[in-house]
Amino acid sequence: MTTANQTAIERYRNNFLREVEANVEEGHMVKMCMQCGVCAGSCPLGSAWEHSPQKIFMMIRAGKRDEVLGSDSMFMCTSCYNCIVRCPRQLPITHIMHGLANYAHRLNLAPKGQPTREFATLFWNNLTKKGRVNELTLTLRHYFRGGLVSGIKEALGMQSIGLGLFLAKRLNPMEIFGGHGVKDLKGFHAIVAKAKEIEDRKKGFTA
Amino acid sequence: MAKKEYAFYPGCSSQLKASASNYLVSTNSMCNALDIKLTEIPDWNCCGASVGYCEGGELPRIAINARNFAQAETHLPGQDIVATCAACWLGARESKERLDGSAQLMKETNEALAAAGLHYSGGANVRHMVEVLIEDFGYDGLKAPMKKSLEGIKFAGYVGCQTNRPFGIDGESFENPMYLDKMVETFGGEALKTYDQKVTCCGGALAFSEPEKSQKQIRDIVESAYDHGAEMIVTPCPLCQANVEVYQSEINKKQGTKFNMPVVYYSQLMTVAYGGSAKDAALNGQLIRAEKLEKIAGK
Repeated sequence: MTTANQTAIERYRNNFLREVEANVEEGHMVKMCMQCGVCAGSCPLGSAWEHSPQKIFMMIRAGKRDEVLGSDSMFMCTSCYNCIVRCPRQLPITHIMHGLANYAHRLNLAPKGQPTREFATLFWNNLTKKGRVNELTLTLRHYFRGGLVSGIKEALGMQSIGLGLFLAKRLNPMEIFGGHGVKDLKGFHAIVAKAKEIEDRKKGFTA
Repeated sequence: MAKKEYAFYPGCSSQLKASASNYLVSTNSMCNALDIKLTEIPDWNCCGASVGYCEGGELPRIAINARNFAQAETHLPGQDIVATCAACWLGARESKERLDGSAQLMKETNEALAAAGLHYSGGANVRHMVEVLIEDFGYDGLKAPMKKSLEGIKFAGYVGCQTNRPFGIDGESFENPMYLDKMVETFGGEALKTYDQKVTCCGGALAFSEPEKSQKQIRDIVESAYDHGAEMIVTPCPLCQANVEVYQSEINKKQGTKFNMPVVYYSQLMTVAYGGSAKDAALNGQLIRAEKLEKIAGK
């Protein structure tokens, strides 16, 4: 069986920039980067990036497909939008980083076990389940991601915060039984499924 | 008839017993005082937040925001959509701008919406509550119903990221927005204008997935408030509020600091200035009590 990744490699050969332009959110702006480095210097988590956005843009142009799509750098984005408002060429850097992370994730090339990759996936699945985020199950699933023992340890560590939020009426233990959600859940799910179907077809995720 | 009416998009955290229920309660009190009528968009859904990108991709995120627009357009025609949450405002407004800019995306989005029998025709106007306050009422208009002064309280105005970038409020600077300080001063409080961490990122969703990296951010934000003599931090963003308030005890535990800095919403201090009780301002919703504000509310 051909994977979406193999199809993409075959289709774009050695032109990774073209692949990014076609398949990554806002990817058509990558070529506009003039390598000034303002994004790298503006990122609150800059020191945590193996490759800054500036480097990622150059690596895309240099055809470093495996290095870019296998990098955990994009997952360091906190979505603060500092880079976007400061970029002199007005590249939507935040969106391109999100787009690259999404592309790498969907082709299954993103680093396995990367904590933000896991949390982000959990978050989306949580919100699409009922149409609204269930903060309690999201938090619990996050704590218990590594299994029961580490989950109990992590949850106990946050026990006093949880109790404080409960007393402040900002956390409802009853959310575990379902909680807030949209009424027309069927319609909501149909919209998400249809949108995903169109996007998957366009971006070649269903190779 | 109310002075102004808006289609209200509270967002997941601003539901009863959710993490920003104190934002919701105080927003309602504040709007009562200003004679603003908020009508919830019927059956609204989550905006996808920023961190939804990884699994959600592009079109599904835009489509779920367009579902809210379609609902507002049908049930609350002609009303601006107003979000209190920074991420909701950003997610919705970003979706709106993408749809405005691409007929192709609009077509695909409507194809998705049609699966639920909905249609979006493109007229949404998405705004943040702070924009509404400043642009539609103005500082003088906000001051009009004031009953009590917040004199004697020093506030560090923590604007954060997403209420500021990339759209900005009332055309203000991204690097040094002054609106929060001006709001504090409007109600008689002391705004610490050299609070240098006012637009620093709290770590956002990475407070969950990268706690150490985020807590470094939060430490800077709280520490600078102390250094400037702040008695409380005020913010317009529910994630900023939660991260900066909730993790202080964690940072104390790990790093031996003694942080105990209240973090309130602008809507809470405004409710108190408008003569509301501590309960109206949902000050019982703080993990770190804002005692000075409670005292004024109790007078």
